[in-house]
Amino acid sequence: MPQFSILNSAFLAMHIPDGFLSLPVLGVTWIGAIGLIAISLKQVESDYQDRAVPLMGVCAAFIFAAQMINFPIPGGTSGHLLGGTLAGVLLGPWAGSLVVSIVFMVQGFVFQDGGITAMGANIFNMGLIGTFGGYYLFRTVRNLVGQGLRGIVVGTAIASLFSVVTASAIAAIQLAISGTVPLLIGMTAMVGWHVMIGVGEALVTVATVTFIWRSRPDLLYTSSKKMNSELLR
Amino acid sequence: MHRYSTTQNNRIFILTGLSIALIVAVLVSPFASKNPDGLDRVAQDLNFESKSEKDPIAKKLPFFSIFEEYTMRGVPESVATPLAGLVGTIATFGLSMALGKLTTRQRRISQDDSTLK
Repeated sequence: MPQFSILNSAFLAMHIPDGFLSLPVLGVTWIGAIGLIAISLKQVESDYQDRAVPLMGVCAAFIFAAQMINFPIPGGTSGHLLGGTLAGVLLGPWAGSLVVSIVFMVQGFVFQDGGITAMGANIFNMGLIGTFGGYYLFRTVRNLVGQGLRGIVVGTAIASLFSVVTASAIAAIQLAISGTVPLLIGMTAMVGWHVMIGVGEALVTVATVTFIWRSRPDLLYTSSKKMNSELLR
Repeated sequence: MHRYSTTQNNRIFILTGLSIALIVAVLVSPFASKNPDGLDRVAQDLNFESKSEKDPIAKKLPFFSIFEEYTMRGVPESVATPLAGLVGTIATFGLSMALGKLTTRQRRISQDDSTLK
């Protein structure tokens, strides 16, 4: 029933499917994703205590759920949360990366959302750019603005918006290298839509981080000296 | 007392957080925008949507006989997406909790707590 699946694909979140990226791009993105996941596993084993576990579970569940909700943006398009920066700010880059990887694996294997050959690229673009890039940008901005709520809000907003725009630009580069769409045209279109999607990302991420900062600040990665001691090394 | 309250607080946090996620995945998901998302829209506008693999690996997995994308097969249309949301949310929650428990360092106190229930 081709009609049914066309209807479906328009209804649902679409990650990069199989067929959009060339073999070299798939290889490089898989190596990058697996490498960062392996480092994250090691870091979590050496630096995290089991008190991070409840937030890992809840964060994964929330990102999965939120990604199902496509919100409309002007121009007849929609966007959904990527969640990388959210996971990075809440859990730090290491546990955050593990959690977002689990989300993309469940989506790819169980719900056919995102190609399995393209899973490395999807994990890297929508997850790891946020958990690493978004997290360190958040920290930088927060150190400039202040450690209170204001610093958290401004840092989270800038980091989540920027991580989504960066992810879309990197995806455009991957598509161009793969010969799927010319760089400039693809980049303009991807970044154009994702600036608006990034605003949605920032709103959801700020609301969620603020909620947890107010209710359980002890669970936040940044508020735990023990958990982020490796960063002060 | 302090240890007990930490465990208790964590339980409240998990229940609250998981409930919010489930509400979003089960009750809000049917109202999600049906417009194409960013990449989908670009693929349509720039005519490379057809490059996607017609017979992807994911459709050869056993999960495909249960879920077609975010709809559960064999149930009324009105609950197909909520049920997919329910299963997916619980699966990601359970896998992340399990991975967290396997990788993080256990504190003796919290282990004692969990046996007390």
